[in-house]
Amino acid sequence: MNILVCISSVPDTTSPINFNDDNSNFDTSGITFIINPYDEFCLTKAIFIKEKTGALITVLNIGTQNSDAVLRKALAIGADKAVRINKEPSNSRIVSDLIADYCKKNEFDLIFCGRESIDYNGGKVPGFLAEKLDLPFINGCIGMEINGSTLETKREIDNGYEVCKSSIPTLIAGQKGLVEEKDLKIPSMRGIMTARTKPLEVIEPEIECKEKIEIVHFEKPIGRSECKLINDNEVEKLVDLLTNEAKVI
Amino acid sequence: MSILTIIENWDGNFKKTSFESVSYGKHIADKLDSELFVITFGGENINKIKSYGGDKILNIININLEKDSNITIAKGCAELINKHEISTIIMSNTNMGKSIAPLLSSILDAGLITNAIDYPSNYESLTIKCKAFSSKAYAQYQSSFLKNIISIVPNSIGEVNEKEGQGEVIEINSESHIQNNKLTIQSRHKLSGKISLGDANIVVSAGRGLKSSENWNMIEELADILGAGTACSKPVSDMGWRPHSEHVGQTGLAINPELYIAIGISGAIQHLAGVSSSKNIVVINTDPDAPFFKSANYGIVGDAFDVVPKLIEVLKEHKN
Repeated sequence: MNILVCISSVPDTTSPINFNDDNSNFDTSGITFIINPYDEFCLTKAIFIKEKTGALITVLNIGTQNSDAVLRKALAIGADKAVRINKEPSNSRIVSDLIADYCKKNEFDLIFCGRESIDYNGGKVPGFLAEKLDLPFINGCIGMEINGSTLETKREIDNGYEVCKSSIPTLIAGQKGLVEEKDLKIPSMRGIMTARTKPLEVIEPEIECKEKIEIVHFEKPIGRSECKLINDNEVEKLVDLLTNEAKVI
Repeated sequence: MSILTIIENWDGNFKKTSFESVSYGKHIADKLDSELFVITFGGENINKIKSYGGDKILNIININLEKDSNITIAKGCAELINKHEISTIIMSNTNMGKSIAPLLSSILDAGLITNAIDYPSNYESLTIKCKAFSSKAYAQYQSSFLKNIISIVPNSIGEVNEKEGQGEVIEINSESHIQNNKLTIQSRHKLSGKISLGDANIVVSAGRGLKSSENWNMIEELADILGAGTACSKPVSDMGWRPHSEHVGQTGLAINPELYIAIGISGAIQHLAGVSSSKNIVVINTDPDAPFFKSANYGIVGDAFDVVPKLIEVLKEHKN
């Protein structure tokens, strides 16, 4: 089985978010980049499949050489091969076009993407990709069983889940539930050593970007005014404030 | 060029977010002096949509939201969008919206702006303020596509029900309703009798400070009195005390209710990512240095096992 896991390199969750150039660009100075957490759930699921039934896992990133560190980590925790298409991932359309182009030239049985990336939270790439490749699209996937060439997947819906059936190839946009937090792998010394011998192929992009949407300005939310503290013996004061000041109950 | 809102219903009942997205569509239709179309897939009391400003309500009767695949739904919408020369499409960024909007955008070659939290600030080149970086920032997106899909964050704008509706309901059989065998929905499982977190005005949430899953009775009782949804922090869902669907935060659900009550949650940055857009935040925690107090409107430094029962008593009296 050939599995593709698409990986974004994103600012670590605890990174300070700042902007420069008159609030038109994200300031990456001093930021640590990590594998997008949603993508990491997918990669871990792919490794489970590989351990159970055997599979070849390719991780794919659209990015500059700044992404090589997260690709090396993906190789260290169990991917077999890494591919980077050398292009700034400036919007979802170019990213999905480049991934689609790669998928047309290489055959995959399963394509995993994280549900969204934790930087721009667009959640567009998996759907764009599924439509372009005419694949069944399981968005918000929280569980998956493979039976021969049939997939049974669980998909999160508002206030519940649904069970879907599709055939290989299918596009999975995964999240926690696909595997659990405790299943996530930390690279071992041996994994890191082996990763150095695994291929990391860099490809130059062959298509043009057709996106006509751009970010023109960033701003940060205004902080809350100071927290009003209420004595734990005067709970009725809280109810009074919520009723008369905040007017929410 | 006309405006369109696509809405959802559960077992026939329109979701609260559906009225919000129709109101949003109406706002744009008024600005551009155009007609507002609404696509619905059945639903009881369809006439109610008229009072939110829907002029032409296209009821697709042969596509079922709960049984048909996302691509069938997207193709059904695309067919009507092309037929009626729609320029702007509005959806809610619910789980369904997240699944349909990118497919539709790709089919139509339309721009897609997700996580909108405000009305457009410019219509000539469509410009909208959106959430980004897990609520740690806002980004203004600008589109020069001729067709655009706007997906709005549930509860971020609110609904406007203002008029006697003059709209008409038109029943439609979609030609796109070819059974898509590539993906079938086998079954649906809903957590019964619970308020959907995305729809809830008030959310009561608890964390590790509750010490064990057995202690959730008081959380549920508090939620019941307030008519609130229940949520939890990541460690609580990781330990299996509560289902994953209740996890709010970075890798869980992002919500923005009118009131978020956090009990025994310290307020790690990953948790704040999912709840910081709540309009009012109450924090109850034993630790006065818990970072959550810095992001709260109201706080009580105290033991949940002492404060919550008191709060329940006061609220009971308050209700009477």
